Amino acid sequence: MNVMIDTGNYIAAKAAVMAKPDVVAAYPITPQTTLVEGIANYVASGDFKGEYICVESEHSAMSACIGASSAGVRTFTGTSSHGLLLMHEMLHWAALARLPIVMCNINRVIGPGWNIWADENDSLSQRDTGWIQFYCSSNQEIFDTILQSFKLAENKKVLLPVMISYNAFILSHTSMPAYIPSQKEIDDFLPTYDPQWKLDVTNPITFGNIIGPEHYEKVRWDMQKAQDYTKKLIPEIANEWKKKFGRHHGDLLEKYRCEDAEYILLSMGAIGAESKVSIDNLRKENIKIGLARVRTFRPFPNEDIRKLAQQAQLIVIDRNISIGSGGILFNEVTSSLYEQVDTKVTGFIAGLGGKDVNFKDIENMCKKAISGKAKNSQWYGFEEVM
Amino acid sequence: MKKYDVVTTISYPKKGAMGKTGNWRVFRPVVHKEKCVKCQRCWIYCPEGTIIQNKDGTVSIDYDYCKGCGVCANVCKVKAITMEREGKEK
Repeated sequence: MNVMIDTGNYIAAKAAVMAKPDVVAAYPITPQTTLVEGIANYVASGDFKGEYICVESEHSAMSACIGASSAGVRTFTGTSSHGLLLMHEMLHWAALARLPIVMCNINRVIGPGWNIWADENDSLSQRDTGWIQFYCSSNQEIFDTILQSFKLAENKKVLLPVMISYNAFILSHTSMPAYIPSQKEIDDFLPTYDPQWKLDVTNPITFGNIIGPEHYEKVRWDMQKAQDYTKKLIPEIANEWKKKFGRHHGDLLEKYRCEDAEYILLSMGAIGAESKVSIDNLRKENIKIGLARVRTFRPFPNEDIRKLAQQAQLIVIDRNISIGSGGILFNEVTSSLYEQVDTKVTGFIAGLGGKDVNFKDIENMCKKAISGKAKNSQWYGFEEVM
Repeated sequence: MKKYDVVTTISYPKKGAMGKTGNWRVFRPVVHKEKCVKCQRCWIYCPEGTIIQNKDGTVSIDYDYCKGCGVCANVCKVKAITMEREGKEK
């Protein structure tokens, strides 16, 4: 097994090419640019044998992936922020048409004001499109999750697109080592895509024809059923990966020092990785605290969170906000507890616009929550303007 | 037709796959067989394939699927097809 020391984007490009997609359609946008540049490099070197389509916009990128996936081939793309927002209509289409497209989204701020740093509001705005959503916290996890995602998306009981999100620059442009299995090992793990149906002139079928209310309702019902099923399948695939390659980043949640915890911190992405340092420090101060890093936002790990809430008070950090309501993860966590578990949940909004959230900040938030002085939901880090 | 493990939005083409789609018609084409010269222009032009070719060379309309667009009446050189409002006393 080789070690590759490179940025999140180049490692994602490596993973995408090793999955051997037949079509990649993409449009460059900071901070995703080096991901598609990485794939273009593999086209130039001859290592990527698929069709690489440079389209004129992200709406077209997703449309081209939809067309290719409908024709029965494996497809991959990547985007960020405004690019993802421009895809929005086609994201719904890809999921409703049950196309197993895999896409990386590098979490970046939405403008104005113009800003290219980390913030999760772009992908969380796509919450209800039907896509499975992963949030990664290291370059190794990006690599492993991309390859696992193809297997997940293409499962004939799932057939839903998967979005793998990771924070702008903190992961996308930061070099870290990642273990890269051989192409043969990857091929053994991820067989060639065998489409259930496809565009085929010798066997004509209609795609996305008009359907009445009772049939449409069934389409939505089945998507929900498929996402529920992935709650079982995601851990199975993660476990298979662990057996083959020895690495495991958690199931729907990654639990860290949760065993005897009286407080459990919930966070995602890069803040989730940074949180481990904070947990270790707080443990040294004899605070019984653990971390549950949310890896999948869709499907949402309701059951796992309820289980944790039975043993501990919860602290949630959101690098995102649903304006007019509050932190998106906070809202999802509290609604998963409703009428089932009665525990205190404290939410913080922190790190919007790419503002740095380091282990010290996370410790401060945890201590404030534990002190009982925190409000249910608050902003961290600029009390002076409140 | 294949069965899948998921509910899909694909459909297989067959007559009536979408139900009887002629029910939103406002005007119905009526063939006056005594005027028909059996040229088949209506059959060629009908966008929905709802002109039935009879054995004697005349035509009839499949009202289950005819949407009442009026193309057949428009292309008929001898005015053997007229468009009449649905619901009107015959």
